[in-house]
Amino acid sequence: MKVLVAVKRVIDYNVKIRVKADHSDVDLTNVKMAMNPFCEIAVEEAVRLKERGVATEVVAVTIGPKAAQEQLRTALALGADRAVHVETEERVESLAAAKLLAKVVEEEQPQLVILGKQAIDTDNNQTGQMLAALAGLPQGTFASEVAVEGDKLQVTREIDGGLQTVELTLPAIVTTDLRLNEPRYAKLPDIMKAKKKPLDVKSPADLGVEVASKLTLLKVESPAERKGGIKVGSVDELVDKLKNEAKVL
Amino acid sequence: MSVLVLAEHHDGILVGATAHVVAAAKAIGGDVDILVAGENVGAVAEAAAKLDGVAKVRVADHAVYAHQLAEPMGALLAELAGDYSHVLAAASTTGKNVLPRVAALKDVSQISEIVEVVDADTFKRPIYAGNAIATVKSADSLKVITVRSTGFDAVAAGGSAAIEAVDFVADNAQSTFVKQELAESDRPELAAAKVVISGGRGMGSGENFKLLDGIADKLGAAIGASRAAVDAGFVPNDMQVGQTGKIVAPELYIAVGISGAIQHLAGMKDSKVIVAINKDEEAPIFQVADYGLVGDLFEILPELESKL
Repeated sequence: MKVLVAVKRVIDYNVKIRVKADHSDVDLTNVKMAMNPFCEIAVEEAVRLKERGVATEVVAVTIGPKAAQEQLRTALALGADRAVHVETEERVESLAAAKLLAKVVEEEQPQLVILGKQAIDTDNNQTGQMLAALAGLPQGTFASEVAVEGDKLQVTREIDGGLQTVELTLPAIVTTDLRLNEPRYAKLPDIMKAKKKPLDVKSPADLGVEVASKLTLLKVESPAERKGGIKVGSVDELVDKLKNEAKVL
Repeated sequence: MSVLVLAEHHDGILVGATAHVVAAAKAIGGDVDILVAGENVGAVAEAAAKLDGVAKVRVADHAVYAHQLAEPMGALLAELAGDYSHVLAAASTTGKNVLPRVAALKDVSQISEIVEVVDADTFKRPIYAGNAIATVKSADSLKVITVRSTGFDAVAAGGSAAIEAVDFVADNAQSTFVKQELAESDRPELAAAKVVISGGRGMGSGENFKLLDGIADKLGAAIGASRAAVDAGFVPNDMQVGQTGKIVAPELYIAVGISGAIQHLAGMKDSKVIVAINKDEEAPIFQVADYGLVGDLFEILPELESKL
């Protein structure tokens, strides 16, 4: 079966972000960017399905500026067969991203679409669910285990309080949680080979999707700073401070 | 203006988060209705009817809504949303699973994990692992929103709303429930506890987490963990506090053997008082801790337990 994997270019998760002085957004100039960690897990799962002979073809897709092709090349180096880039310089909210992905799903007709559960920049946790709704497909969100059995998919999901297993009819949408797998690193020869793999570029207009959103970002602020704390010298002092100063015991 | 709140419930019990979501709904204004969907949810509906400020409880009691699978729940909420200007749910795994589906079915944006209501169209929410707060305004006619419970104080019980049945039955041929494995715990729920004590990689093993038990018992605390402790297999993943786990904001948060990566801080830095116990004086956790104690947790924890 064909597997489609969506990846997103985001700020590297180790970077300490800065809010712009005019509060219009977070400052992303000259900041290290990378593939969203949950998307890495999605790519890894697709590649493992291919290695097990379940998937026959893995297609990676991204939406974003020209530079996002770096992340597609990474996906190709990790084992994806080809890539689709929906190129736009505009800010794409989850709903528009889901609409664009739904068009790609319509064109590619994959049996399984794997996305990360959330992107670490906007922290939305929406696109996979929205894509499932728009494509009229079932969803297995926050997956920590995925097993294809004939025309069904068993997904173990991380829920509050424990784990839940659901069975979905294929085609289906899956979003990855952290414990689904441990992503591999790209090897140098694979990085070289990835440069030769096919990469299609489309525009939102090609797909007939309007990217503009009814959601406006009015302001971005730094969170309230915590006051600098103190170091105590002993357990006795700690208990005393908690009882008499902080009054939380 | 009218707001529909999706009730959160498990095992026939209304979950505390719902009372926080009702508080957010009251901040938006207008009539507040609650939807209780599931199988055999009579007791949940009764409990929801008692929440302060609720006008009406709508009950969809049918086998198709058992375990609140996303496909039938999405269809149900999309069907009812026409009567409302806002649809709200807790930013729990249920709310996060269902609400984006509802939004897409209604062709509107979804706003995730709000921590403040500015007005009926404008909301504040954390982005970049809580390192920035975004103010967003929605021009959609229907607002679909998940609410971070730690951002709103729960409403009290004491109301007596009317309860009415919802006839709509979604069909669902796409997904079936197979099984559920829930972690056993008689401690307070992590997200709602007044005191949380968490262990990290520094705990060394799952066995050593028992060192936290005595302190948790004395303080009536919930026990949490960092992702490192979960990944090392010390404790189950539903104990994880952080960007990808639970968000907590207790009165007192005690971090033991936790370095304080930004992903962990995203889950606890709104706690009122933070205590860090770590042998590494340079650990980033000390930058957010109100009280820090540098030392060996294997000596400190037994001493702390004996002195509480």
